[in-house]
Amino acid sequence: MRHNLRVFFVGGYLSYRALFNWMHWSYYIPTMLGSPVFQVLFFAYVGRYAQVKNDEFFVTGNAVQLSAMAGVYGMAMTIGGERWTQTLSPLMATPANRLPLFLGRSLPLIANGIITSAFAFGVGWLLLDFELSASQVPALAVVVVASAFACTCLGLVVGSLGLRARDVFFLANLVVFSLLLFCGVNIPLETLPGWMQAVGRSLPLTHGIEAARAIADGATLAEVDHLIWTELGIGAAYAATAYALFRFFEIDGRRRATLETI
Amino acid sequence: MSVVRILWAGWKFHVKSLTLSGFFLLTSVIQPIIFASVAYFMFRAGARPGTLLYVALGAGMMGIWSSTLFGSGGAIQWQRWQGTLEYCIAVPPPFLLVTIPLTLATATIGLYSLCATLLWGWLFFDVPFNLAHPIQFAIAVPATVIGLGMLGLVLASTFVLYRNANALSNLLEFPIWLATGLLVSLSFLPAWVGPISWVLAPTWGINALREAGIGGSAWVEIGMCLLLGLVYLVIGHFALKHFERLARERATLTLT
Repeated sequence: MRHNLRVFFVGGYLSYRALFNWMHWSYYIPTMLGSPVFQVLFFAYVGRYAQVKNDEFFVTGNAVQLSAMAGVYGMAMTIGGERWTQTLSPLMATPANRLPLFLGRSLPLIANGIITSAFAFGVGWLLLDFELSASQVPALAVVVVASAFACTCLGLVVGSLGLRARDVFFLANLVVFSLLLFCGVNIPLETLPGWMQAVGRSLPLTHGIEAARAIADGATLAEVDHLIWTELGIGAAYAATAYALFRFFEIDGRRRATLETI
Repeated sequence: MSVVRILWAGWKFHVKSLTLSGFFLLTSVIQPIIFASVAYFMFRAGARPGTLLYVALGAGMMGIWSSTLFGSGGAIQWQRWQGTLEYCIAVPPPFLLVTIPLTLATATIGLYSLCATLLWGWLFFDVPFNLAHPIQFAIAVPATVIGLGMLGLVLASTFVLYRNANALSNLLEFPIWLATGLLVSLSFLPAWVGPISWVLAPTWGINALREAGIGGSAWVEIGMCLLLGLVYLVIGHFALKHFERLARERATLTLT
């Protein structure tokens, strides 16, 4: 148990630091903080121009959605990066339990997603017509944590597919863009066709964004707790899927000797 | 004549090469389709009257910008990583002539996104595709590509001085979409955005396409695209010369 906890925390921390071996701060800040600012502004202005909804709708939707960026891209890079640097095979040869090994890597990314999301909320509050009282912040923080968790679990699925797919970054991009389309980030969910709403409800973010918008409109945490539990449940389902896929691809990769194919 | 041959052969080579890239497939076809769908749904749900062709052209132009930004912004860096930069500089033709076809090709690849968003919109969102002035539209498209391709040359020659060119590309995607009025009329933005938009080719490119496609005269916008292209060419020429001199002096040509 102690060994597993060590793999989870220390392994996760080292893996996260390793990302910065090639990702310099001068890369990280424009990508993780600069680009999100403009995403929020872009969609808020398109929303104003199209006369769809007010700024609050877009700030909340995009700020919560941005928690997905670190989770999905980060997990894809974690496994894709091991493959790229030819360290995946040695890693697979270790006796470490796979669950703490890869779940540990997701923890810093969840924290990362929360920071990006909080920054986007701050920018929305500062530059757009978005009000938030101090009493709403804790409830909103709970929603963001739940969404960042669920999105990182989706990232785990993408990462585990990285054991098989050659271009995991392509897949990660596709997933992040699809979240923008299906999860009601910028489009009122009820205006989407039924099948798209159904897809959206099976993805992370949809319930989180709904809860965040309700809180921004004055709802309490207790009034949206069912949405948060659903978000967490979806995240857990993706995490379980990712673990199953990971084990399957690991075994299959050993059998076919394809772990290091890039 | 040899200049035309270099440009033509280089452009053809890079268009073919980029067409086979999964990354460019994503930025020039899949991403624009997703963003176009988001935009179609938003404008459908909204109360603003008007044709969806306005949105379709804007979404297509977003793809052209993304393709130019990521393709040209990282062009020299990629040559470095692939170990071909020394050869590109050592060959007898000037480095400018080697780079222009690449940046033009990245803008050309963006046309896939224009076609994809128009087709997608026509198939699934009933976007009308009746061009008001087909001839002006046919001229506006290459003029826009030239304008953006030359802007790509400026990006290629300046981003190289920044170690993480990709980060700059990531940063500049949304602001240029916004500041050039691709989906939002410039009159909706703060007044200080206006002068910035005037020196950016996508502003004139999208206006040319809209004037030609929806109604109006596109000649001024086409002229501005070509004029800006010329200005970018001059800037790119000097910036590339500066980069080449620095890289030779510091012996950093091959450093990744």
